[in-house]
Formats: sequence, C-alpha cells, structure tokens
Amino acid sequence: MEPGSIPATAAGAPMTAANGDVIRMENISRVYDTGKIKVEALRGVSLRIAPGEFVAIVGPSGSGKSTLMNLIGCLDTPSGGTYRLRGEAVSGLSRDQLAAIRNRRIGFVFQNFNLMPQISAYENVEMPLLFGGVGRHERRRRVTELLEKVGLGDRMEHKPTEISGGQMQRVAVARALAMEPDILLADEPTGNLDTASGNDILGLFQELWRQGRTMIVITHDMALARRASRIVEIRDGAITSDRPSAPSRDESR
Amino acid sequence: MTWPRPGLVLLLFARAARVQRKRATLTIAAIAWGSLSLMLFLSFGEGLKRSLYRSTRGMGQNLAVMWPGNTGRPWQGLPAGRPVRPKIEDVNLLAQRIQGLTGVSGEIQNWSVTIRRGERTVTGRVFGASADYGRLRNHIPATGGRYLNTLDHSRRRRVAFLGDQLARDLFGDDDPVGKGVTFDGTPYTVVGVMVPKVMMGNYGGMDKDHAIIPIETFAAQYGRDDLSVLVVRPEDPRQMGRVLRDVHEVLGGKYGFDPEDERAFGIWDTVKSAAMNDNMAFGIQLFLGIIGGLTLVVGGIGVANIMYAVVKDRTREIGVKMALGARSSWVTMPIVLEGVLYTLCGGLLGLLMAVAAITLLGMLPTDGDAALGMLGKPTLSLPIGFGTAAILGAMGLLAGYFPARRAARIDPAETLRYE
Repeated sequence: MEPGSIPATAAGAPMTAANGDVIRMENISRVYDTGKIKVEALRGVSLRIAPGEFVAIVGPSGSGKSTLMNLIGCLDTPSGGTYRLRGEAVSGLSRDQLAAIRNRRIGFVFQNFNLMPQISAYENVEMPLLFGGVGRHERRRRVTELLEKVGLGDRMEHKPTEISGGQMQRVAVARALAMEPDILLADEPTGNLDTASGNDILGLFQELWRQGRTMIVITHDMALARRASRIVEIRDGAITSDRPSAPSRDESR
Repeated sequence: MTWPRPGLVLLLFARAARVQRKRATLTIAAIAWGSLSLMLFLSFGEGLKRSLYRSTRGMGQNLAVMWPGNTGRPWQGLPAGRPVRPKIEDVNLLAQRIQGLTGVSGEIQNWSVTIRRGERTVTGRVFGASADYGRLRNHIPATGGRYLNTLDHSRRRRVAFLGDQLARDLFGDDDPVGKGVTFDGTPYTVVGVMVPKVMMGNYGGMDKDHAIIPIETFAAQYGRDDLSVLVVRPEDPRQMGRVLRDVHEVLGGKYGFDPEDERAFGIWDTVKSAAMNDNMAFGIQLFLGIIGGLTLVVGGIGVANIMYAVVKDRTREIGVKMALGARSSWVTMPIVLEGVLYTLCGGLLGLLMAVAAITLLGMLPTDGDAALGMLGKPTLSLPIGFGTAAILGAMGLLAGYFPARRAARIDPAETLRYE
C-alpha cells in the first residue's frame, strides 16, 4: 500500500523505483567499543520492511533489539552494512542531517512517553512540526486534527501531568504522527500502562495500521507481538525467526 | 533547512523547563554582587585617579622645582662642597638664555614672619616671588582681587597676595582686598586672595597658608637675594630633561660648577612624578579591577554551574527533542540564551545597586575630611560601565557555551533507554 498521505518531503529523497521497501538493511552490524572490550550488539542483520507492514520485533533483554531500534530510528549509525530508509542511504550522515531524517520519516513512541511535562499536550504535538519548519496555520490544523483523532480534542491545553498514562501515550502517538512519517516506531509502547490502557493503545495502533501506516513495535510481550502482521525474533544480535503472524490479524478484526 | 531560526530558538527557550527558582535567584544575586563590587572598585579607583590628577594640578603642571645645594665634585681647580647660590637676577638670565621655556620663577622664603592685622597676629610664611610665579603655580585670585603684576615688581610695591587659609586667619569673613597687613612691622596692602585648591604634595608648605610679595620688595625688606627655590616649566613636558641640563649649563658657567654635578641642585621633576602617579593610579585600578573581576568570575562560575545542572536536569528533554528532529543548535542556543539572561539580569541589578551606592557616597560631605577628600568621590565613568557590560556579556556567553556544548553531545539513543 503506497501511503498517499506522505507530504512533499525534501526533494533529495526519491524512492528507488525498483524496490518500494521502507526499510532495507543489508548485513548490518553494530559494535560498541567500550575501550577494552568490544561488544557486538548486532551481527549481520538483514531486514526489509515493506510499506503498510506491522512488524513486531521481539527478543529478550540483551538480544540487540534496542540497538536495532536505534538504528532503524536513525538515532545511531551502523558499524557495518548498509541501511536505506525509503531508498535514502543513512550511513555517513551528520548529526543534524540524521535529525532532519528522524523529523520527517520516523515517528517515535516510547515506553515512558517522553512528553515535555511543562508544556501542554498541544505544544507537545506541535514540537516536531516546529523542527520541520511547518507554517503556523498548517501546524494548528494538523495538531488539532491529530489530537481529535486520538480522542483528546478536549484535552489540548492540559499538561502531561494533568492526564492519565493512557492519555499521555495517545498524545505521544499524535506527536509521532505529526510530521506524517514513513514509519511509526514504538518501543514497548504499553510497558508503562495498565492492561486496559495498553489495549486501548494497541487498538489505536491497529487502526493506524489499517489506515495504511507502516508500524514497527519493539517489545518482549508476545501477546502484543501477535497482533502485528509479522514477527521478527532477535537473539544474540541476529535474527532467529521472521514469520508472518496471520492469526493475529483475524483476531484483531 | 540549514539557516538559523532565531524565532524557533526563542520559542524553545520560552517552552523549556525552568530551573529551580531559588537557585536562579541565588545565582543572579551572585552576579549582581560581582558586578557591584567590580563597578564600585573601579569607581573608587577612578575617583582616586581624578583626585590625584587634580591635586597635582593644584601645584602647577609640568614643573621642575630646584633647590640650590652644594657642589658635589671639584671643578676647574675648585674643591667640592662649595655652596651654589643663584641670585634674583639669574631668573632673568635663565629666561633669556634657555630655549623653550614658558616660565621660570625664583622664590626667597621666610618661614617665621610676624603677620599682623589689627588685633590678630600670626607667625607665618612670607615668600618673595618672581613675576612668573603666580602663573606657574596656579595662584588664581578670587573674585575682587588680583595677583601681583609687573608694576608691583618693577616698583617694589609693598603689596601681598594671600593664601586662602591665611586670609581667613587674619580677616575672618571680611574681604581682605585693599586692606593692610604688616609683615614684621612693615605695612603691606592685600591685592588678592588665592581661590582654594586641592594639593597633595608641595614644597615649602601648603599654598593656602602663605603670603606672596614681589621678590624685589622682599629683597629690599630683608636684605637677602639668594634664591631659596627655582621653578621652571618647559613648553613641552618632554623637553624637561634638556631644560634642566641647560639650567645647569648656564648657572654652572656663572658660578663655577660642573654642569653634570647632580648635587648642585635638589630637583623635583613633576613630569616624572606625574608619570609615576599615572602608573600608580593605573596599578591601583588594575588591582581593584582584578579583585572586582574575580568576584564577578565567581558569579560567572555560578551561572555555568547552574547551566550544567540545567543540562543535566533536561538531558532527557534534550534527547527527546533531538529524537524528534531538533538540530543541535536548536537545543543549545536556548541554553546559551538562558545563561546570558541570568548574567545580564544580575549585571543590571548590580549596575542599579552601584549607581545607588555611588550616588549615596557622593552625597557624603568630604570637604571637612582630608582623607576622604584625597580618596576623591567614586566616579562611575562610561568606560567602567561598558567594560563591565562587556565582561558580563562575555562571561554569560562562556557560562552558557560550555554547558550547551555538553548538551549538544547528548546522545538521544542513550537518554531514551528504558528507565
């Protein structure tokens, strides 16, 4: 599914016509050099994710899934291998260039929400739009629309401390969607939520997926993973299993 | 998207978490205290410098005072130790023979003259002085009087010019001009009184206590024509050395001593001592400035410290902003701005306190107190203000820059890890 809602992003990022993958990782490795010891967190990971997929990346702690998430999210660069995000090579970019890519292409949702506590829900959602240089009127339109979409149209001026955890995570989802990114990248999005709020967020995720978003969720929660369309298991820095999760799709419907 | 976006930086600054109010208040107070002490120290230094300058002006500028002494070495068959005694007429000789002089004056001093006005009697100093004396020594007559003139000299008039203190001692609040006094019984007419002036150093006592009469009149009354003191002033202060050598040449030729003889005259070269005064004033100001500056630097370290704490407190916030696509400068500039703001708030507060303190000190009466009068009034000059502002600005930038640099190095991946 080609997401028609992607805004006109920077001109220098044409898609490689031959391959429509959003994410294309070839033989990625990541070595942490702590001076004496070199820790190989990822060894030769290859991963392709097509538009419209809902991928769960699962694995125990220390498996390398956080490292993989940092790499997918352009928060980190690989030690070896190539990573193309919608055809754009990510290796060798400066910090500011990576920041611009994150801004346009990745929407982050974190376990602990990571909202700014001192500003309102509205201003939190507006933040990536400010970084992206979106004009004032367009900002207002998008922020209002997104907060209404996640069911917080009446909580726009509330600060994060004045709303519940589930609502905070909804604000975070709205913020992640603000720049209409290629991927929504969520890291244990239900980890800090009670069961009801967690299910709420998962429902929101599946709705977004059905609307054509590409979703990547990093989790160790298999119940969550089963609701994705594809489950990638990672262990000791390598992918051990990559399978579709067909039943979950039916379950969710 | 590489151009700077000051509007965004300001917005992010406005929306950033605020640091604890108490800490910010203390830091601003430290900066205020630092700039207050810097400005006060420099102002006192400036006041002292101006008062030094004023007091040297009181005696007259660019003068050399020469006291006749004894020869220090043999010369042309004559032994050492002979007295050098220039006479009244040598003043004219020097004026004719030496190039580039704006004035030369001789004095003959009498330190214990019975000065009488009606019932009041004081023992004081009466000096006979050449015509140039008043001009060289800044003896400015108060309104209603005059200084001695050429006719007073040529006609050997018995007229006197009084120092302001002496005039007060003799006449109280009455105007002395035109009235008579006697010096050791001989009647004189007062033609003028000196306007009061600030003097730090002088020879022959303070000017305010003495009376000046024409040197010719003095010679007639007391039968002395050996000069006690010679005063010369070159047109160009840089010519002082040459002029002094010329005086030695001329008088050495006449009285038979070696022009190189350093003991023929005791010399006080005020050009040299003025330069020394300048150096001293500069040294004092530098010293006070360094102390004040260090006090201010302590405040600056406080600002840097608080900004480091801010960066630490906001590490996650900064990491999240970076994850959301903020360029480094968008997270660092608000931090620099905050540091500069704390510094400038403190600086402004310090400036207001300094102005208030200096205004209050300026209102203290210093006329009666010699020590306070010499210290001068603290003066907050524009260079001091601008200098302090520049130091504050630079310090604010530095205090913000280093913490901001740390913020720019924050690794978003690191800060976004699970708690």
